[in-house]
Amino acid sequence: MSVRTSLPRTTAPAVRKKRTLPPLVRHVLFALAAFAVVVVLTLVTDEFTNLRIATIGYYLIAVAGLTLLTGLTGQVSLGHGAFMFIGAYTVALLVNKVPSFPLWADLLLASAAGGFAGLLAGAAAARLRGPYLAGATLALAVGLPALTRKFPDFLGGSNGLSFTVHSRPSGVVGLVPELRWQTWIVWLSVLIALVLVVNIVRGRLGRDFRAVRDDEVAASLSGIAVGRTKILAFLVSAVCGGLAGGLQAFLLGTAAPGSFTPALSLSLLAAVVLGGLGSLWGALWGAVALVYFQAWSEDLADVLHLNTDVANNLPLAVYGVILIVVVLAFPRGIQGGFQRLRTLLPKPAEKKENHENH
Amino acid sequence: MQDFFDLTLGGISAGAVYAALGLALVIIYRATRVVNFAQPALALISTYLAYSVTKATGSYWLGFAVAIVAGTVLGVATERLLIRPLRHRSELSSIIVTLGLLLVLQAIAGMIWSNEPLAFPYAFDFRGRFSANDLFVVLIVLAIAALVLVVFKYTPLGLRMRAAAFAPDVARTLGVRVGLMLTVGWGMAAAVGSLAGLLATPPFLFPNVLDGVFVYALTAAVLGGLDNPLGTIAGGFVLGVGLSYVSGYLGPEMVTIAALAILVIVLSVRPSGLFGRAKARRV
Repeated sequence: MSVRTSLPRTTAPAVRKKRTLPPLVRHVLFALAAFAVVVVLTLVTDEFTNLRIATIGYYLIAVAGLTLLTGLTGQVSLGHGAFMFIGAYTVALLVNKVPSFPLWADLLLASAAGGFAGLLAGAAAARLRGPYLAGATLALAVGLPALTRKFPDFLGGSNGLSFTVHSRPSGVVGLVPELRWQTWIVWLSVLIALVLVVNIVRGRLGRDFRAVRDDEVAASLSGIAVGRTKILAFLVSAVCGGLAGGLQAFLLGTAAPGSFTPALSLSLLAAVVLGGLGSLWGALWGAVALVYFQAWSEDLADVLHLNTDVANNLPLAVYGVILIVVVLAFPRGIQGGFQRLRTLLPKPAEKKENHENH
Repeated sequence: MQDFFDLTLGGISAGAVYAALGLALVIIYRATRVVNFAQPALALISTYLAYSVTKATGSYWLGFAVAIVAGTVLGVATERLLIRPLRHRSELSSIIVTLGLLLVLQAIAGMIWSNEPLAFPYAFDFRGRFSANDLFVVLIVLAIAALVLVVFKYTPLGLRMRAAAFAPDVARTLGVRVGLMLTVGWGMAAAVGSLAGLLATPPFLFPNVLDGVFVYALTAAVLGGLDNPLGTIAGGFVLGVGLSYVSGYLGPEMVTIAALAILVIVLSVRPSGLFGRAKARRV
């Protein structure tokens, strides 16, 4: 729990001694390395896998946002698909109505639109807790996509909006295939957002988040504005959701209500829980799982010649089982498992290098 | 004015369904402090079973009976297998597990019966203003609600259930089988929930058919105070009529958003619900 005082933070230099680089620089370097990995991965894999890598990218930022909200501040959102919905439609509308805007501005506005919705949701949510909040956010996930039918001319009804973005600069058109370029854009945006999120989580605000989750009364006694902190968590989380939706729309060239069902929101939560509540690394495992469970269940359906009814519903069944099994048997998720593994191994540093050599 | 009258009548029968499903949530919440997010899925599976039985035998009422029994069994199994192991864990755990069950059961329904809408019959003639079916819906929900309240208030079983919910340790000392009471509560709730599913589903049955109904039922339960069965029933009818006006005057697409708005506004003003007693309980 963090204690706020007006004293100068004398402990800061002592902490910094251990790590020579300031956190922001470290995170930026790490993000650059991660981007290099993604670029290499997209170069050595086919177009199909490129699409999956890109999909992992936008799920990653959505799941990271939800991790911050549910894992760090303890607010359950069953409506995070709604923020993705808002981001996706923002990009679709901007591309269609204001084609002169550059892509980065579209994505920025998609994040802002998600954030604005998050601010409203957060303001309401700050008064709700537990099952009440879960119910309210579920209503958001069920209700918001229905608006497309209310305004069919503007939002395209149940078919949604489709559009084309030509994001490649003319110089690279012959060199890099469209999808590969899009994958890079997705990951670049995601990593920039993640650096910001990591800095928030590691900083003072992140401590406030955890304090509010652990004990609201104690947090408010130590000077944290509980309501404002909860709203801020919703804001940051929804900005991530909006960006994720915007990137999805950019990648697929469509925004349709069918992509933003309550099941999407619940599978995002499944990813958070599976990865490990409260860990941003967990968000990565969760996002990878989200994409690959879908892919595997499609493969499995092909191999076993399952009929379409079974095949279509297999991923949802898997997410549901994950939620149940993880909560009952592995409450700390995949990342928790990794951490346990590390403490169990006799010489962690050596072993870890061995693993990486494989 | 004709419109207003029709919308009010339509809202009353819709509200009865919200009240019933809300009642199912409240029974469980009172006993175990768990909001059962899997409730619509339990009701969904029973309704699909009713569909299959009705289709095979041609008898609506046989399907109806099978659904209620199946719902009860599912509720009991859920409590025993999934909820009991979480007794000492955080609120979040039970929310997530019931959501997981929701996903699994909806997926299973889709796998067995497909995601395509199936025609599901009304109990009685549904044509006209406040049809025979509407009357049936309102009467049966009121009857069931009365039965539940009588059981809770005036029977030894109800006394034990209340004791198990409010003071488990004392109740256990006095010889109440607390675990059994919780299971009975889940069974009763799931039976009422299945009834709500049967009434809410027509004319078409598909895996997500109860999503919206569940949101309204939850809203009704929260309006009522989540602890208060009578309040929930009143909340269900108020919400049904209110949302019927929204649907009639603003469009059916606005109904869920309106329910969300009502939920937020009411909880902001009265954190323990419209009919909840002003108790020092944080929401």
